[in-house]
Amino acid sequence: MIREQFEMTGRYKQWAYALIGTGVLSLILGYVFLKPGEGTNSFGETKYWAVLMHNSIFFLLIAIASMFFISATTMAMGGWQTAMRRVPEAISGFVYVGGAIALAVLLGYIYMSHNTAIYHWKDTEHVAHDKILNGKKGFLNTTFYTVATILVIGTWMALRAWYRKNSLAEDAGQTGDRSYFWRSLTICAAFIVVYGLTVGSTTPWLWLMSIDAHWFSTMYSWYTFASSWVAGLSLIMLFIVYLKNKGYLEYVNEEHIHDVGKFIFAFSIFWTYLWFSQYMLIWYSNQPEETVYFQPRLLGPYRGIFFLNLIINFVAPILILMKRSSKRNYATVTFMSVVLIFGHWLDFYQMIMPGPLKGEVNGGNSAGLFIFDMGVAAGFIGLLMLIVGNKLTKASLLPKNHPFVKESIVHHT
Amino acid sequence: MGQVKKYIVGCFDDEKVLFPAVKKVRAAGYKIQDVYTPMPIHGLDHALGMRETSLHTAGFIYGITGTTTALTCMSWVFTSDWPLNIGGKPHLPLPAFIPITFELTVLFAAVGMVLTFCYLCQLAPFVKKHHFHERATDDLMVMVIECTERTNEEEVKAMLNSNGAVEVNVQEAPVGWWLGRYDRPSKLFKTREVAY
Repeated sequence: MIREQFEMTGRYKQWAYALIGTGVLSLILGYVFLKPGEGTNSFGETKYWAVLMHNSIFFLLIAIASMFFISATTMAMGGWQTAMRRVPEAISGFVYVGGAIALAVLLGYIYMSHNTAIYHWKDTEHVAHDKILNGKKGFLNTTFYTVATILVIGTWMALRAWYRKNSLAEDAGQTGDRSYFWRSLTICAAFIVVYGLTVGSTTPWLWLMSIDAHWFSTMYSWYTFASSWVAGLSLIMLFIVYLKNKGYLEYVNEEHIHDVGKFIFAFSIFWTYLWFSQYMLIWYSNQPEETVYFQPRLLGPYRGIFFLNLIINFVAPILILMKRSSKRNYATVTFMSVVLIFGHWLDFYQMIMPGPLKGEVNGGNSAGLFIFDMGVAAGFIGLLMLIVGNKLTKASLLPKNHPFVKESIVHHT
Repeated sequence: MGQVKKYIVGCFDDEKVLFPAVKKVRAAGYKIQDVYTPMPIHGLDHALGMRETSLHTAGFIYGITGTTTALTCMSWVFTSDWPLNIGGKPHLPLPAFIPITFELTVLFAAVGMVLTFCYLCQLAPFVKKHHFHERATDDLMVMVIECTERTNEEEVKAMLNSNGAVEVNVQEAPVGWWLGRYDRPSKLFKTREVAY
């Protein structure tokens, strides 16, 4: 008899609540010290909204990356991940709460705040005599933004709910009944199309690239996708290792860990490829309207973060994860997963912050405010832990009627 | 070169029979030279006790060689041998070097690994290999055990027969190619255990 029913331990819950508490405390202290209520476009107000936006978008995107993991492997008829697929399934369950928070933050910024430092296309008076922004008016306006954001997050939630419903029905159904599997193919195909049209193209333009509204890059969405995808895979890896440590997921062994590790390694290189392609073309052609994006990042106050980002997300995985034995070692993959989640969080940080806060990192108080950033992130991590843990308890950890279960158990790389 | 060695060859037509036979032959203390199979069989390399290939380590070294070659060559050319002003860029433009460095890394690693693979498998143009059984490329799994002067042929043949081999025979084959890898003396499992 294998242990297929996860139960949250008291310690796990304590950690989750402690992290949520840290996040809430950070938000309160941030409100007290940054005084976001004082003055439109003040440093405090911009910083407060930027931090909320950074974390809510980042954690939503790495949760939905799990749904992409399921869809991609299902469409490719990849049987190897069946024994652990309840883990990405549970992580994608964060899309409801995470999506609601992101929706509240993004629409809150659009409608509740008069701040225009983050999305300066919001300022219609300014747009009227800005030639470039006037040209982008059809896409960058509050109505389109609102409709697109609601539609995108709503579709993710709906497809995730549909997939989960089908997956649980398969557990309750009869062994050998393939109809659930064929239906999951339909759902996953639909999700891949939606994911390609959202995270793969339009959503990062709207949510992130429009922060630097005069500038654009055709690589941007792919780059954002690669970043969230590597972090999402690392998150899946962390939960697998945690469950293995607690004695669950008995059919998952270093063969499966090795394959997830290969994914993390390969997509770290893919991320670097996109990062470099975007950078090199702009560096090479050297046109002022394009280099404006890299000016505060490479030559301005964000120089340290810019290079740290490259070291953490490229040099570390290529040197540490290249060897076969390190991808099969639980300690190494755990370490690298934590490092990469932090690294891609930092990558999102340097996508968002330099736009509205060009002058100095965090207005000169970089150490103090970086702790505020981390505190809010800790709150999101706690929330993610609590929700994913809760989703994991809702279903058996082994989808026992899935046609590929045996293939996954005997999987051998 | 020119040396001839003796092998005991057992043929199996089912991998379910082959695996227990491999285990028994190894347990009895004989070293299996190789098992020639018509298709890749999962787990056979582990059952035979083969060590992991070091081809990927070789590949890493070739790749690093390529990286170094590209970077040193280009930086030497553009800084000291023939400096050119290209669009006002610096003479050591690292981003512009990266694509070529990457390509050369891949080229060195790929070509180096193909050649190393051929060397490890003793494959080269005009090298003739001894075929222990022609049906090894069709439907038979051919187990080859090398004989030394201490090998009891009849015992090995009887053991293979009793473990489900469909065909057992003794063959003599010339060894070696350019570097004579077959020439290495192979000690018997049993005697080695006694010696320690």
